[in-house]
Amino acid sequence: MGSITLEHVNKTFGGHPVIPDVSLEIEDGEFVVFVGPSGCGKSTLLRLIAGLEDTTSGAIKLDGVDVTDKGPAHRGLAMVFQSYALYPHMTVRQNIAFPLKMANIDKAIAEQKVADAARVLNLTDYLDRKPRALSGGQRQRVAIGRAIVRQPKAFLFDEPLSNLDAALRVNMRIEITELHQQLKTTMVYVTHDQVEAMTMANRIVVLNAGRVEQFGTPLELYKSPANRFVAGFIGSPKMNFLEGAAAGKYQAEAIGVRPEHVRISRDAGEWQGKVGVAEHLGSDTFLHVHVDGVGLQTVRTGGENDYHPGEQVWLSPEPGRIYRFDRAGQALR
Amino acid sequence: MARAVSTRRKLTMTILVWLVALIVFFPILYTIITSLKTEGEAAAGFSMIPSFTFESYAAVLDQQDYLRPFFNSVVISIGSTIVALLIAVPAAWAMAFTPTPKTRDVLMWMLSTKMMPAAGVLVPMYLIFLNTGLLDTLLGLSIILTLVNLPIVVWMLYTYFKEIPVDILEAARMDGATLGKELVYVLLPMAVPGIASTLLLNVILAWNEAFWTLRLSTDDAAPLTAFIASFSSPQGQFLAKLSAASVLAILPILLLGWFSQKQLVRGLTFGAVK
Amino acid sequence: MATKQSHRLARWMMAPSVFVLLIWMIVPLALTIWFAFQRYRLTNPNIKGFAGFANFEFFVTDPAFWPAIINTLLIVVGVLVITVGLGILLALMLDQPIWGQGIVRILMISPFFVMPPVAAVVWKHELMNPTWGVFAAVSRFFGQEPVNWLGNYPLLSIIVIVAWQWLPFATLILLTAMQSLSEEQKEAAEMDGANVFRRFWYIILPHLARAITVVILIQTIYLLGVYAEIQITTGGGPGFASTNLPFLIYNTGVLGGNIGAGAAGGLVAVVLANIVAIFLMRAVGRNLDA
Ligand SMILES: Nc1ncnc2c1ncn2[C@@H]1O[C@H](COP(=O)(O)OP(=O)(O)O)[C@@H](O)[C@H]1O
Ligand SMILES: [Mg+2]
Repeated sequence: MGSITLEHVNKTFGGHPVIPDVSLEIEDGEFVVFVGPSGCGKSTLLRLIAGLEDTTSGAIKLDGVDVTDKGPAHRGLAMVFQSYALYPHMTVRQNIAFPLKMANIDKAIAEQKVADAARVLNLTDYLDRKPRALSGGQRQRVAIGRAIVRQPKAFLFDEPLSNLDAALRVNMRIEITELHQQLKTTMVYVTHDQVEAMTMANRIVVLNAGRVEQFGTPLELYKSPANRFVAGFIGSPKMNFLEGAAAGKYQAEAIGVRPEHVRISRDAGEWQGKVGVAEHLGSDTFLHVHVDGVGLQTVRTGGENDYHPGEQVWLSPEPGRIYRFDRAGQALR
Repeated sequence: MARAVSTRRKLTMTILVWLVALIVFFPILYTIITSLKTEGEAAAGFSMIPSFTFESYAAVLDQQDYLRPFFNSVVISIGSTIVALLIAVPAAWAMAFTPTPKTRDVLMWMLSTKMMPAAGVLVPMYLIFLNTGLLDTLLGLSIILTLVNLPIVVWMLYTYFKEIPVDILEAARMDGATLGKELVYVLLPMAVPGIASTLLLNVILAWNEAFWTLRLSTDDAAPLTAFIASFSSPQGQFLAKLSAASVLAILPILLLGWFSQKQLVRGLTFGAVK
Repeated sequence: MATKQSHRLARWMMAPSVFVLLIWMIVPLALTIWFAFQRYRLTNPNIKGFAGFANFEFFVTDPAFWPAIINTLLIVVGVLVITVGLGILLALMLDQPIWGQGIVRILMISPFFVMPPVAAVVWKHELMNPTWGVFAAVSRFFGQEPVNWLGNYPLLSIIVIVAWQWLPFATLILLTAMQSLSEEQKEAAEMDGANVFRRFWYIILPHLARAITVVILIQTIYLLGVYAEIQITTGGGPGFASTNLPFLIYNTGVLGGNIGAGAAGGLVAVVLANIVAIFLMRAVGRNLDA
């Protein structure tokens, strides 16, 4: 079991409010991702759940039990740190066994559990090495191994992949997702990378300056962002925003169109512009078009097209795919 | 260091550097050589070749009552170091792992107490020691050396502790370690090298301290610094004996320093060099 | 870690150090101030009472006073210049690939482990003695009259002795700093067409700034209090030529038995140290990341 409830949680550092007031309901077995720009308070929120920081006010409950005043050792959660935080003086085996040792688990059982975890994580051949003799990916696996052996109520991850190279990051992303499908234990995962959030999460919490902007499934966030911040943060390439006359036409302060929802034509359309840079990815092409009186817009088109820089083109939004926002940036429905 | 250095250049540099190193080391080398001469040879003038006699060592150990000051030096340097560490380890730990905006000021203030010139407060310390019976006692000297070196010890430990990532301590806490277990299984193993080199440096500093030890001891508690200082004016044929006594006074620390010089230098940079 | 509990614990853990150092700072200083305004002779208990500024007047008008102040500063500055200057040079040399790096380091650091009294007697009797000393032998070898170092150049001799003791410290810290400079950075400068001197001036020297401040800070603390070397080699003379402030205070207060004047001198030393300290802490506060 591992449901996590935050009730009006507030955290200030030296008078500076980092988390003004957050309430969240994370259900048992969910994979929840906290996403937001750097410095928005994701780590702080995670560390509050872990018990590594005290809340200034508000309550944190695990399985309905108030743990606000309990220390991290007594919450039954496991955490994987960005720096891996492996014990440098212990071997891989000792690192993974450490939580079991702390819980005074029988040696034979502990050994079995370590062996199982090592097998799952492909670490069997490295059990007697010290962390410094491992690659980044292997260290990451050890950190995960250390977290899974004690069968915690929930796993907390703080940007666990950001120290890995791109290819490894994709692999580990899949491994962690698979691990969640196997274990079915609650996972709370912090990242600033919206692609990680979209691909891994059951539900995503979008944070901005310590506030929850929206909490929903990846597709909900994609299809109906609550406001301009979420709309701009979720999706890649970023949503195009238009203001002024272009937006006024739709009775909105601003409108947004995702690059994949813009049609391009040589003959006719809503906005006229000139192709700037074309990024060819093979499967797709991202065209950056300078639209007269509106500015730079991104268009996603098929992989093999022959638009070239300098060419005059017409753009038009797909009907029904236009997001409208009011002056405060809230979505208009 | 990707480029190969020409052997000739390396040879030139080697000779040059060795020459400089030998010049720097020469006073010690020559003292060792002289200590192995007879008094007659020593008085005869410059010579690098001794007759390898140990008679001066025998004479110093016999007549000069070397063992007592040696014993005193051992007691006060080790005693003051242990006390200083007992006081400083918790302080440095707290400052390194629970820093506040004031931590830096506290550290600076501690170091600034070392700026207070010993001579400036010698007079009252002398009178306090005189009136409390601490004058010329090992306890008194140990107290003074603890106080004098405490700021350096705190600072050095702080530097070492700060290199231990807080993440790792937090990981231990998440893994269910109580404060005691965190200390024993995680912090201590990682802190031991730092504590050890701080201990070494402090023993060296205390062994060589030569203001308070000279001024606050006369006979009973006089350590090696005072013993050597008593050789300040010539006494008949004495050069070989003086050299032997000097070698005996510096040898323990020299050996200790040689074995630990790598860690010592790292600690002495006080975190200013990454 | 930043929980309320751990902050409270932290305060308790710091308490002993702070308390002990606070006492160590306040009590002797307060007593020094008290004595500085008292008539107090070790030899004559009948002389007592409030002295006003008489003790200060006595101390400041001592003919040794100004020489002592100047000598104190000369020792600090002289030793710093020699050790930092030579230290940089030696560190540059030790940073080159050579054979026997390990042994060279051990030879170079050795003087740091030598207690001041030993350094003093060895230099006085075995190196600088004009009759049987090594320097005299060298002079004679070149057909020169031997120099009476401690007699004719007492302050310079003391500066040389003290600099010899501190040179290893400076050299090895600067070497450590130099070795922490990334090879890439040096190569980038080389690619940019900087010659050896420019690389030293624009890349290496700025990189050493923090290490140099540490060397200056730590050494100054010790150099302001140089004592044993003077007592053993020159006894402060000839005249006052090598008397520094600590030496003068001890002579006045304890040997001369004039506790009041000694304490007044102590306060002068405290003020001098504070002037130096303020100056240093300013510079170092920036460079030492606490
Ligand atoms: N211990 C602390 N003391 C003071 N401010 C902090 C502390 N930890 C975090 N902050 C501040 O809180 C804000 C959020 O930090 P953090 O949670 O680490 O952001 P994120 O993980 O989203 O990048 C930042 O502005 C940071 O400077
Ligand atoms: Mg973070």
